[in-house]
Amino acid sequence: MAAISSGGDNSIFQSKLVRYYGMFTLGFLALTVIILLLEVSVGLPQQLIAGIYMVLTFGLYAVIGVATRTKALDEYYVAGRSVPAVFNGMATGADWMSAASFISMAGTLWGIGYDGMAYIMGWTGGYVLLALLFAPYIRKFGQYTIPDFVGARFGSNSARVVAAVMAIIVSFTYVTAQVVGVGLVMQRVLGLDYGVGVILGLGGVLFCSFLGGMKAVTWTQVAQYVILIVAYLVPPIFMSIQLMGNPIPQIAYGQALSEINRLENEQNIAKKYIVPFNEPLSNAGAIAAINQANGFFGTKLGTPAPVAIPSATAPELGDWRNTPWDFLALTFCLMAGTAGLPHILIRFYTVPSIKESRRSVFWSLFFIFLLYVTAPSYAALSRLTILKNVVGLGLVKDKAANGREVTSVVGSDGKPLAWVTKMSSIGLMSINDANTDGKLQFSELTINNDLIVLSTPEIAGLPYTISALVAAGGLAAALSTADGLLVVIASSIAHDIYFKTVNPKAKPTTRMNLGKGMIVVAASLTALLALPQLALVAQMVAWAFSLAASTLFPIVLLGIFWKRANFQGAMAGMVGGLIATLWYLVNNYLNPANNIMGLSHLSSGIFGMIANFTLMIIVSLLTTPPPIAIQEMVDQLRNPVGEMSEGGEMIHQH
Amino acid sequence: MSKSKAEEYWRRNIRLIVILLVIWFLISYGAALIAPVLNNIVILGFPIGFWMASQGSLIGFVLLIYVYAKQMNKMDDEFHVSDTDVKLTKAEEKVKIRKN
Repeated sequence: MAAISSGGDNSIFQSKLVRYYGMFTLGFLALTVIILLLEVSVGLPQQLIAGIYMVLTFGLYAVIGVATRTKALDEYYVAGRSVPAVFNGMATGADWMSAASFISMAGTLWGIGYDGMAYIMGWTGGYVLLALLFAPYIRKFGQYTIPDFVGARFGSNSARVVAAVMAIIVSFTYVTAQVVGVGLVMQRVLGLDYGVGVILGLGGVLFCSFLGGMKAVTWTQVAQYVILIVAYLVPPIFMSIQLMGNPIPQIAYGQALSEINRLENEQNIAKKYIVPFNEPLSNAGAIAAINQANGFFGTKLGTPAPVAIPSATAPELGDWRNTPWDFLALTFCLMAGTAGLPHILIRFYTVPSIKESRRSVFWSLFFIFLLYVTAPSYAALSRLTILKNVVGLGLVKDKAANGREVTSVVGSDGKPLAWVTKMSSIGLMSINDANTDGKLQFSELTINNDLIVLSTPEIAGLPYTISALVAAGGLAAALSTADGLLVVIASSIAHDIYFKTVNPKAKPTTRMNLGKGMIVVAASLTALLALPQLALVAQMVAWAFSLAASTLFPIVLLGIFWKRANFQGAMAGMVGGLIATLWYLVNNYLNPANNIMGLSHLSSGIFGMIANFTLMIIVSLLTTPPPIAIQEMVDQLRNPVGEMSEGGEMIHQH
Repeated sequence: MSKSKAEEYWRRNIRLIVILLVIWFLISYGAALIAPVLNNIVILGFPIGFWMASQGSLIGFVLLIYVYAKQMNKMDDEFHVSDTDVKLTKAEEKVKIRKN
């Protein structure tokens, strides 16, 4: 790790890094093969296997955290601006791919088919916006945070504070969902108590971000990327070999799609996997979330009347299926939200130059692409397995290891399928024999989005080692994202609000200590929010994209590309965008009959974006142009030569 | 960089961005709009509408960013504004000192 902290010649620095992480990757693969062989040959107990993975991965993160601990501010906030493009790409990939991408996304696709591709396209296409519109200018600006940019561009501390508050809200909902993900993986795969899982996971995150800030987080994320991508690719490769006789799932699943189509026709399944724009609107999620919160907190919040569109009893509500509007709007919200998420934007402060920032976005998307291009094959192969091998089997009551009696299915050997019993007993799936014919129909099966990734190894009959590997990957995905988010929260409070607004004379040591303190406070609040396991938290992550898209995205974009944009416009835009998004979101979430062109609450950011852009342009034009100094700053931003007058001083202070 | 050169640089940058964003729009939103039609074409088992949303557009996104980085970095060299001309940041200074 010494090579990481020293500057060194760029190419030597990089080749050392390649060697370290290359050795680590090979070592990790070798370890998995050895454990696999030990399990198959001498029957290594499951708990021991899980223990080995946990101790080794957490131990590794701790070692990197200690080795890269730092007291320098620009290392703490922007990793010393010395991360080469490829490694910044891997770190951004791990930062980006969260518990939702790793654990839930394939399950979502499994359930809703084509319509789920809004997430696949949205969460990758946003990087094109990031590359073309943001990354080079953010690097050129060269400060610490996104509120820094907003504050300087619009010449105002109030704009900075509003942006900082947005960044904190978005990051906070996001980090809570990661910690919930950590708890769930520990509970479901490793059999730990959920609460213990949450505390252990947060401890791991804290250790790293507390000691070394962005620098430690970056180098840990590179290792976490390696673990998560290996863990994500292995199960579908096995499944692809088993089902299609082809080791490349991304290609083999074409045949799987054709078979899915055939089986769906045979089994008279109305909602087809490959047919686009098929999602109904409903407030079932809102009702369940409110009931759950009432149960947990003992509150008596009223629930709205159930509404589903299209509805046989209320045809006047319309039928928005077969129109592309919701799909297109959701995709756009996810793309703009991706480009506007503060924990991704700040990654482009950490590279050494503008050229590197451009290369770095390319590498980021490349590494993200590897997972996202695999997810649809994961989903399709799982769907095929269920349609082909599970639907049509006889139903039987079975008692699970945890004592719950559940409805399971009878396998070819006449016994209940073990994985169905286990997954049903922990609430990841349920079977309801609606037509009481004693056989499983596809419509009688309900699965949780997390089931596909977490239980594929078991469904495919793979050794437990693969399950433990998947758990380690899920944890790496959640922890790496949480790490990056905690740094954003800490820097928003310690840097943007305290240092830049409240006390500009604060010493670097005070700022550093405050940042570290904020990380601990944020982590503790996160634990409190994560422990009740509220359904609303998962929902809030989806909303975070709409919020980022309707507040930060437009003002950063116009800030760079429209010199005339001024402070009044930016404030009107941010506030108006936030209000428009929240207005549509709340109204549609509670009652989907409140919709425009069939758009769901997940796409509410589109209205906030329209409001933000419109207000920002009109208000800017009605008020005085920004001062000459700021217009010159925009010119400097667009010109890759020289250093920003403001940003430059900051760097050399320490 | 002189004012006229800076304007020329910015104009070419904007032109490249617009071209690439048009392609970005067509392969994602364009393909999604006509996905029901594209799904009638099946290659290697893939209905093409589905394939564009799940893989085709993603491959396109990676290539778009690659082309942008390549073109812009080339343009920076052409305008003599590549990193060697830039006043160095702390990390780069360190690198430079060791190199000499």
